[in-house]
Amino acid sequence: MLTQLRPALTLLGAFSLMLGLAYPLAMTGFAQVLMPAQANGSLISRDGVIVGSSLIGQNFTRPEYLRSRPSAVDYDAAGSGGSNLGPSSAELLAQVRTRAAAFDRQPAPSDMATASASGLDPHISLASALAQVPRIAAARGLDEDRIRAAIRTATTGPAFGLVDGAMVNVLRANLALDAAGA
Amino acid sequence: MLSDLLFLTLFLAALTAAGLSLGPYMAGVFTGRIRYLAPVERLLLRAAGTDGAGQRWTGYAAGVLAFNAAGFLLLYLVLRLQGYLPFNPQGFGAMSADGAFNTAISFMTNTNWQSYGGETTLSHFSQMFGLTVQNFVSAATGIAVAVAVVRGLAARSTRDLGNFWVDLTRAVLYLLLPGAIILAVLLVWQGVPQTLVGSVTATPLEGGQQVIAQGPVASQAAIKMLGTNGGGFFNVNAAHPYENPTALSNLAQIFAILVIPAAFPFFYGRMVGDRRQGWAIFAAMAAMFVAVLLAAYFAERAGNPLYAGLTEPGTGMEGKEVRFGLAQTVLFEVATTVASCGAVNAMHDSLMALGGMIPLFNMLVGEVIFGGVGAGFYGMVLYVVLTVFLAGLMVGRTPEWLGKKIEAREMKLAALTLLVMPVGVLVLGAVSILTGNAAGAVQDAGPHGLTELIYAYTSGTANNGSAFAGFGANTVWHNSMIGLAMMIGRWGYIIPVLAIAGSLAAKPRAEATAGTFPTHGTAFTILLVATILIVGALTFLPVLALGPIAEHVSIAAGQSF
Repeated sequence: MLTQLRPALTLLGAFSLMLGLAYPLAMTGFAQVLMPAQANGSLISRDGVIVGSSLIGQNFTRPEYLRSRPSAVDYDAAGSGGSNLGPSSAELLAQVRTRAAAFDRQPAPSDMATASASGLDPHISLASALAQVPRIAAARGLDEDRIRAAIRTATTGPAFGLVDGAMVNVLRANLALDAAGA
Repeated sequence: MLSDLLFLTLFLAALTAAGLSLGPYMAGVFTGRIRYLAPVERLLLRAAGTDGAGQRWTGYAAGVLAFNAAGFLLLYLVLRLQGYLPFNPQGFGAMSADGAFNTAISFMTNTNWQSYGGETTLSHFSQMFGLTVQNFVSAATGIAVAVAVVRGLAARSTRDLGNFWVDLTRAVLYLLLPGAIILAVLLVWQGVPQTLVGSVTATPLEGGQQVIAQGPVASQAAIKMLGTNGGGFFNVNAAHPYENPTALSNLAQIFAILVIPAAFPFFYGRMVGDRRQGWAIFAAMAAMFVAVLLAAYFAERAGNPLYAGLTEPGTGMEGKEVRFGLAQTVLFEVATTVASCGAVNAMHDSLMALGGMIPLFNMLVGEVIFGGVGAGFYGMVLYVVLTVFLAGLMVGRTPEWLGKKIEAREMKLAALTLLVMPVGVLVLGAVSILTGNAAGAVQDAGPHGLTELIYAYTSGTANNGSAFAGFGANTVWHNSMIGLAMMIGRWGYIIPVLAIAGSLAAKPRAEATAGTFPTHGTAFTILLVATILIVGALTFLPVLALGPIAEHVSIAAGQSF
């Protein structure tokens, strides 16, 4: 066993320097130089103020904004988390009932009545976004078509043109709505 | 639905093609024919003071243990002392003693179970110098052991299994590091942060402020997938939009989990000089993969009947992300649990009852459906030994594998490994319940609570690392017991399988005769799958009946807890 000690310690030390410092720091340097926007978290600024990240959801409660999905961590991006409640949970059933009743349309789309995995989901399904159009149009005093056009600028998918439906980036859509006026 | 199935089929085809090309490359690397990094390799080995001479299985195993022990100690110290170490922009203090014990074992054994939330506990130094290093070397250890086992099978009348330090170094240099660099670049391109900043503060549209945790995420996320480690930078792992931002990053990560495990059967086929042998094992893995994938897909597709009338029909989105709908969630869920990865892109705790049972099943059979890097293949070797023995009993001949007689010693060792999962899951789980340590940790009432506990101990023993995360595992008891389960689950396979390889290597290779039961072809593949199901999975049917199956039946009857 003692004869194994020198190679064990030497290789651990060498790999620690190579894989624990050189590799991540080299990747950091490379990413910062070539892809700084992504490497720094895909941040979005408006009028010189960082309003968030296009990848991180945020909470919207005002009627003139598209709502995000329910979040188990209330969109606190210093952490992350889902509810982890199981399919037979009575607590979860009560939450789903309350959220579904509060949505613009009943029955609610599933994504608007359930908490995401990360608590930071930046997207909602296109159907969930379109269901909110009448409320937003009324709150902003704008034509529904203009609301839909703003939502369309933040719509992507399906993935690979193949699986899962179209989805809307909520923060991007709301920025587009603000830019559209009223 | 058809487009989903087409997507899954294309994935499997691409995986097979990648495994077929990577297998010969691995054979080149581990026989020393591919040596474009030879200068670096020589430098490392000379510093280590090893001549690279072949080792008997005992020497090889001693090397593994010494390297694991050193890695455990270093990681434990880093986690305990992170408050005094650099790259700590958020000023995190030391991890608790039991938490650091659990985490150090977890990363050393390639489990990467996390009883903590990364972005709220660990400094960048701990993530890089501590966890990322073990992500590489624990994976390389698994690969090295599997390579030694394959050498043992291919050898004739020798005791030489190769040199652990050479295999370890080659696995890092030729497989893991190049793969991780490619994947990390792709992930940054897709939006995964790679920075030394701790967090950014934004002003959301509705006012207030949002602190957004960041860090060197891409470099760690890349190796955690490729090395089937699974320990995430963030608490929610690959469900976090920074750790897995797009459909493409998701697909690349799933692919990275399975590519080395899928290459191992072909590597084996090359090394033993009979590619049909490799195909037979690959076919068994792929057949079970398709079965569990379809089961998970259809279990999750219909949605939760308890929410009928409240939400629109279709897949339930609790614990899922919108950018990964049904197909991408299910594929990730299955890939991460058939291989001992354990990263998640959805909260497994919130999957449908039977949808959550599939990951549990994948782990309970011992992570052999592709399995972890190296670990999946040597796990499969044990099942092949059992299958050959059972087939020998049925036809009344001495069991042989590749012309080597399987005798009492090999059988005893293989049978010993069958006890690993039951001891880790059923015994330690039952002890936790009997000592009153379960009730406080489970989050959900009813059968789901039992599933949470069983999942935790299964994940630990199988060295997977995924969780039903409602389970409050961060207690002294569970940190210690799951730590124990992870050790049993790692060395309980590695040591016996190296012993078997050592003893098979020493045997002469007899020529096949008309009476030899072939270890290739469809009949063998079917027998192998049957052995895995009967010997591996049946033990756990009772506990699955009490957990997920009881929950499924309750939900169907409209019962919530």
